[in-house]
Amino acid sequence: MAYELPKEKQELVKEIAQRYPEPRSGILPAMHIIMAERGWVGTDGADHVADLLGVPRIWCYEDLTFYTYFPKEPVGKYHLQICHNIACNLRGSEEIIQHLEEKHGIKEGVITEDGLFCLHRVECLGACGGAPVIQVNDDYYEHLTPDSVDELIERLRKEAGNGKK
Amino acid sequence: MALEKHVFKGLDIPGNTDLKVYEANGGYEVWKRILKDKITPEEVIQIVKDSGLRGRGGAGFPTGLKWSFVPKDSPKPKYLLCNCDESEPGTFKDREIIEKSPHQLIEGMLIASYAFGSQNSWVYFRGEFVKGYRTVEAALAQAREAGYIGENILGSGWNHQMYTHRGAGAYICGEETALIDSMEGKRGEPRLKPPFPAVEGFYRSPTIVNNVETLTAVPKIMENGAEWYRQWGTERSPGTKLWSCCGHITNPGVYEVPLGYPMKKFFEEELGGCWKGHQLKCVIPGGSSVPAMLPDEFFACNMDYESIAQHGSMLGSGGMIVMDEKTCLVEVAEVLAQFYHHESCGQCTPCREGTGWVHRIIRDIERGTPQHNVKETLLLVFDEIFGNTICPLGDSIVMPIKSLMEKFPEEFDYYIREGKSMITGKAKRAHEVKEPRPHNWRRGKPFNYPTAEDYVTDFKGQVVHDTNPK
Repeated sequence: MAYELPKEKQELVKEIAQRYPEPRSGILPAMHIIMAERGWVGTDGADHVADLLGVPRIWCYEDLTFYTYFPKEPVGKYHLQICHNIACNLRGSEEIIQHLEEKHGIKEGVITEDGLFCLHRVECLGACGGAPVIQVNDDYYEHLTPDSVDELIERLRKEAGNGKK
Repeated sequence: MALEKHVFKGLDIPGNTDLKVYEANGGYEVWKRILKDKITPEEVIQIVKDSGLRGRGGAGFPTGLKWSFVPKDSPKPKYLLCNCDESEPGTFKDREIIEKSPHQLIEGMLIASYAFGSQNSWVYFRGEFVKGYRTVEAALAQAREAGYIGENILGSGWNHQMYTHRGAGAYICGEETALIDSMEGKRGEPRLKPPFPAVEGFYRSPTIVNNVETLTAVPKIMENGAEWYRQWGTERSPGTKLWSCCGHITNPGVYEVPLGYPMKKFFEEELGGCWKGHQLKCVIPGGSSVPAMLPDEFFACNMDYESIAQHGSMLGSGGMIVMDEKTCLVEVAEVLAQFYHHESCGQCTPCREGTGWVHRIIRDIERGTPQHNVKETLLLVFDEIFGNTICPLGDSIVMPIKSLMEKFPEEFDYYIREGKSMITGKAKRAHEVKEPRPHNWRRGKPFNYPTAEDYVTDFKGQVVHDTNPK
């Protein structure tokens, strides 16, 4: 099924591409716009970018497979990305991952049944001073402990229940 | 006693993301003065050269010299790209700057662009820095409105446009030629040099790529002069540097330290030593890509490029990772290996294949099922990778892991011999022998070809296909 951005976002994609010497540079910004719209990109998103910018589809597939920030399938309402690199590892990210799985039933790579959470390990998030750190959609949460994780998950559940975001 | 901030004073000023606050603290004064007094680009370059400012992204190349490589008579447009693709494990100084003092970065970029005649510039963020990206976008909007960016800036006839560009989770795009590729909408694959980007870069035009910290230091240097900047640091490493310190220390964070400051003093007074009163085991001083240091070496050195090099490591990007006595270094090596394996761009064979080998070999050790001659094999692979790749990512996996193996051989030997860690007494991945890790989700369904992750080795070291449900 083909995916299409809303009209005004399509204009935005074209406008941004104009800033660069060639439209190919507009591929990544366009994918960021799709990601902001629906939380993931996927091949249909890549097709749409190619059509909008008038570039070969293979260029978009190349980028989609190379840049790991763009999910290629839905990731739930709250995409939890936990850093498991060295600084976070030293300060206990593995325990946090275990805690999320055991206490909250949030397993790596699987969307929870209510469609809210999906956990993935990622590489260094550039916030080693606040290790261990987790990224929930666009926001960072630092200095995690099992308790603060409980609080965070609880809050997100409530937020979703109230229909916010 | 806390070290005072000088060049990066703005980081401590509350509300400094706002233009008014920045201007109240002398912001954009230098930029106005340069345009008003018609200070020539040559003079700007000369002052930066005299100050001895070196690239803070890791390589330490003199900044003024880099700018002077841009051909003056080139008919092509010239570009400035600011490298904010900060992904080196252990480094988090640039994020601090873009979130707390974005205007100083913008002013630095304006001055740098003026110095070598660029009319378009971009800030390249890593995709994850959403907050920093929004902060800089807001700051850019303010600066545009105030007339510091745009057409005919402050009536001087000078034009400049500044934009932002977001990457998407590729460590390799921090390498300058890969960053240029990424900006062109391609996969971030480093290019062979020469030609250097200063001659042929972004769409084959002269391009300068500078780190955030480097550009942010420029306005203060222009404001106070080269001599002012040289009051800190050593003859060959003048000025101050931001250090981001993390790991097992009491006070993690970002510190501005004059180069050449005694390491021991810094570690004890500022960082508060190891956390929970533990003993120091080893330190990786410059972001995860540099050799590890033993406590003796670490305490003997000063915090500048030359002194750290003399003691067997590198200053790199100034991301200090501290490990205490309870750390299992085989596990550290595995974490690093898996990082470089994940982030290798796949262009050069030694790195694409070698990082995977190193990762799988160390993972097998952690499972308690190492194959024969593990150490010899690893050293052989290291030799094949080191120096045989286009960019330094290949070297980056070799340096830390090799140094850990050389400096703590007994720990590696014990894990290989006993099938468990000398420190924790357990084999970290023993459970994976029966139950391998889940499939690498990032490859996604449409491109579901078998990858290195899909293969696991069984007890006899034979390769079997991973039949784990996807």
